[in-house]
Amino acid sequence: MDEQLKLDGNAAAGSLGEVFPFEMTMAEVVCDHCASENFVGALMVYQPPMTLGTVVRCPGCDNVLMRVVHNSGHYWLEMRGARHLRIPDGSSVAAGEAAAEE
Amino acid sequence: MATQPRPAAQPGRLLWRVGEVFEVVEETPTTKSLVLSVPGWEGHKAGQHVDVRLTAEDGYQVQRSYSIASAPEDERLAITVDRIEDGEVSPYLTEDLMAGDGLELRGPIGGYFVWERGLGGPLLLVAGGSGVVPLMAMLRHRAASGSGAPAKLLFSSRSQEEVIYRDELERLAEADEKLEVVHTLTRSQPEGWEGYARRIDEEMLREVAPSPSEEPLTFICGPTPLVEATAAALVELGHDPAGVKTERFGPTGG
Amino acid sequence: MVEGFISRGFRGRRRQPNNAQLPPGQYETKGFPVLSAGPTPHVPLSEWDFTLVGEIDEAKRWSWEEFQALPSEEITKDIHCVTKWSKFGTRWGGVSVDTLLGNVETSAAYVTAFCDGGYTTNLPLEDVTGGKAWVAYAYDGEPLEPAHGGPARLLVPHLYFWKSAKWVRGLSLLSHDEPGFWESLGYHNYGDPWREQRYQGD
Ligand SMILES: Cc1cc2nc3c(=O)[nH]c(=O)nc-3n(C[C@H](O)[C@H](O)[C@H](O)COP(=O)(O)OP(=O)(O)OC[C@H]3O[C@@H](n4cnc5c(N)ncnc54)[C@H](O)[C@@H]3O)c2cc1C
Ligand SMILES: [Zn+2]
Repeated sequence: MDEQLKLDGNAAAGSLGEVFPFEMTMAEVVCDHCASENFVGALMVYQPPMTLGTVVRCPGCDNVLMRVVHNSGHYWLEMRGARHLRIPDGSSVAAGEAAAEE
Repeated sequence: MATQPRPAAQPGRLLWRVGEVFEVVEETPTTKSLVLSVPGWEGHKAGQHVDVRLTAEDGYQVQRSYSIASAPEDERLAITVDRIEDGEVSPYLTEDLMAGDGLELRGPIGGYFVWERGLGGPLLLVAGGSGVVPLMAMLRHRAASGSGAPAKLLFSSRSQEEVIYRDELERLAEADEKLEVVHTLTRSQPEGWEGYARRIDEEMLREVAPSPSEEPLTFICGPTPLVEATAAALVELGHDPAGVKTERFGPTGG
Repeated sequence: MVEGFISRGFRGRRRQPNNAQLPPGQYETKGFPVLSAGPTPHVPLSEWDFTLVGEIDEAKRWSWEEFQALPSEEITKDIHCVTKWSKFGTRWGGVSVDTLLGNVETSAAYVTAFCDGGYTTNLPLEDVTGGKAWVAYAYDGEPLEPAHGGPARLLVPHLYFWKSAKWVRGLSLLSHDEPGFWESLGYHNYGDPWREQRYQGD
């Protein structure tokens, strides 16, 4: 049962869209623990109502890459586990499509 | 005392807005499509979802994600919801909501689990239960945009009565020799059924899926266990993991 | 935010008004929802241990077998999850934290529970002593399932259930308070359900 709570990065697109002004599933993240690089859409996600906040993990090593919580008038964003994010700025549709084809 | 200016509560384009239920369509005994009129909706891509939020009189709120079922070309936005017996949101959406009611939502959301005509094919779509919803948007878009990309849908349902979009899938496949729809019925089968009657497994995928050398664009969607088993089996069969995109619906959705 | 929008006829999960057993804002559930922020760890019992570390005279360690040999207790308590469900009369078996701390000399005022999978939660020492907290390895007379935190979880029923850390492996005794996994991200540092301390500032 508990293994069934895992979702894909896409499922976090809504909460990430509350703190970032970009479509975040096509952003790439480098894991600080195992150095693997993935699209946010390909990461693992645990989120309410199955847990207390949005928790985004590395599919390779389970490391927590991002956490987002929204409560009492604030957003909380923690990203210690992510070395960096590479975010398409949306200026070129073709760039996103090329990435999707990789 | 000076107050700090507060930034806009919802940056970007992800605003909550109220759509109106235009029509409720029964798809199966437990599944309904909600056709919505959403003022100012600026379109979507096949595979994207919306977040739906329900608010009670006392302010209590819950929120869930639902894939968009309609093609970008369709006049109205549609979602298809399967009723989970002891669920909080899906019974409301499938039983209480009526034409004319308002429904708060935001979207379209997501850009990773998306197929557009320009991405070509061949397409391999694998669905369990309501996991067919975003894949149906892809098939509807494929048909409406005149894409000639070869496509296969492997669709697992419990019984024939529970096959979502059954008639429409049959019509689409009949009209299009490049589209093949393969069903597996896991719990009960109609008399004389010659199709698959078990859960999706490696052998079934070997028979149905294009070979890895054809480099299919693969989209798998449904309950988390089905998605995990299917993705693992495809990689085992030699498919490139980077070409396999997944959308887990969680414990339910099957 | 669409100001003032109400979903016609939506009530949410049934909420029982004026039940003195329910803390404010909670509803009763008969089920036992599984909450999880990550994959379930599967540590073989032969590799499992429970440790006390930090500001103590001497670190302590129990293997699974040694832990089972400690005096155990039967505990029946109501539990309250910050996601608003409460479950009445849950039955647990395990070792009181008083038993674990029995011969320990410490100047600590706080503990941080640490777990397989990396989860942590912080509590005042006085909230895990005096018969208020256990390390539970049985539920309803059966070994605790991995989904619910097995082989062993912390049980601190007087606080919101995120404090009852699943897959617990030890306690770190500290002189200063160190916010845990959710406490460092906007959830309340203490988490008393009767005072509805869900979020920072509540
Ligand atoms: C990206 C995405 C797209 C989706 N698209 C669709 C779609 O197109 N159509 C569709 O029908 N669904 C879709 N879903 C699933 C949908 O979001 C809901 O999860 C589903 O409708 C159930 O919601 P509910 O409120 O009715 O049930 P819930 O109240 O969430 O409960 C569901 C079931 O799980 C049990 N449960 C709840 N929480 C736990 C827990 N913590 N541990 C164990 N059991 C628990 C409940 O008892 C119940 O049996 C999608 C999900 C995602 C992530
Ligand atoms: Zn990693």
